[in-house]
Amino acid sequence: MMRAFLGVIRRDLLLALRNRADVLASVFFFIIVAALAPLGLGPEPAMLRTIGPGMLWIAALLASMLALHRLFAQDHADGTLEQLLLSPEPATLLVAGKILAHWLTTGIPLVILSPLLALQFGLPAEQVTILLASLLLGTPILSLIGAIGAALTLGVRGGGVLIALLVLPLYVPILIFGAGATVAPDPQSHLFLLGGLLAAALALAPWATAAALRIASE
Amino acid sequence: MKNSLLYRYASPQQFYPLAGTLIPWLSVLAVLLTAAGLYVGLVLAPTDWQQGDSYRIIYVHVPAAWMSMVIYLAMAFWAGLGLVMNTRLSSMMASALAPTGAMFTVLALWTGALWGKPTWGAWWVWDARLTSELILLFLYIGFMTLQSAITDARRADRAGAVLALVGVVNIPIIYFSVKWWNTLHQGASISLTAAPSMAHVMLAGMLLVTLGAWAYSFAAALARLRCIILEREKRSPWLKEAA
Repeated sequence: MMRAFLGVIRRDLLLALRNRADVLASVFFFIIVAALAPLGLGPEPAMLRTIGPGMLWIAALLASMLALHRLFAQDHADGTLEQLLLSPEPATLLVAGKILAHWLTTGIPLVILSPLLALQFGLPAEQVTILLASLLLGTPILSLIGAIGAALTLGVRGGGVLIALLVLPLYVPILIFGAGATVAPDPQSHLFLLGGLLAAALALAPWATAAALRIASE
Repeated sequence: MKNSLLYRYASPQQFYPLAGTLIPWLSVLAVLLTAAGLYVGLVLAPTDWQQGDSYRIIYVHVPAAWMSMVIYLAMAFWAGLGLVMNTRLSSMMASALAPTGAMFTVLALWTGALWGKPTWGAWWVWDARLTSELILLFLYIGFMTLQSAITDARRADRAGAVLALVGVVNIPIIYFSVKWWNTLHQGASISLTAAPSMAHVMLAGMLLVTLGAWAYSFAAALARLRCIILEREKRSPWLKEAA
């Protein structure tokens, strides 16, 4: 079972490596959206420091969401998904592997880049640390919950907007706690809540995603 | 195959005439109960010592909010039942409930804003209960959008069911939000175990309108269900002969 799990991760990472453009595109999207805030709202430093964490979180959220189509669409198109679902290994495990690989290629780059972008907003050092922690806890949840949306809308017309409509309401608690952690006087409570959400998502999201994938592949 | 009522009315063909019989009675009940409740609330109930007469919107706001949550739970229940038992009438019922639930959510949000402005000076605040009720509206809209985007009816049923079940976690959040967070929204005045902290006349008016809203929701959902049955079962023999 471990072999199947690691095999799926390895395959997805290899594919992402070979199609670096896709991965880099969502990273650049994150950078561009984060840059839009000072361009649209004015460059006043005090205001940028106030909206910085929230804007970075929103940019990370949108970048995560736009990358969701990569999760299952390619495999669905060439038939690999069907083979994965037919395998004797539990679908939940294989799906969890795909989501982990997706997070490694989408979420981690955002987490690594966020201190650099926090410089653009002039955030103080402790806020940057909390932002890092909240993104580190939050981006896997975004991938996990987003996977459910991606599986439900596999092959459905309506495009990225449909997945956004389904997934953004579910993303709201993560945004509230993630961005809230950076401005709260006691960030620990927010980070603990994010950790709890991560634990719940880890346990339940792969299962719901696998169910949605079966529905989509019939 | 048992012929019990449960199995008999799981068939669209059998349920269709039953729904047809129920709708007029439920509609009459809805009108009478709502009228009675509004009479009690708008005429009989006294003026609030703190908020004056503007509090009377409670007789629309609270029933609408309650129905928005209850209908989501019912929708998730029927959708889940359809997913597990593979009964298409259950999924059709979930699809029939969604627009009514969304309407009550909009009504609750709108009347809440109308209440908030004279009482607290704000049309809207981003506190926990209002935000989670807004998310409920987005969940309803997401459910309806997903179902309309998928052309195959059975796949739409099952996908919608997964979405509805994932979103059901929002309902306890709405309900307990006033307890878990410091919110502008009022806390719970009515509990199943303690005496209500509001005047009995007001409570009576609110409960009457709630029952009327429930009867309306039932009637509206059944009417919509009949339309859905006609659309989806149009190739069945019982409809082909009738057409």
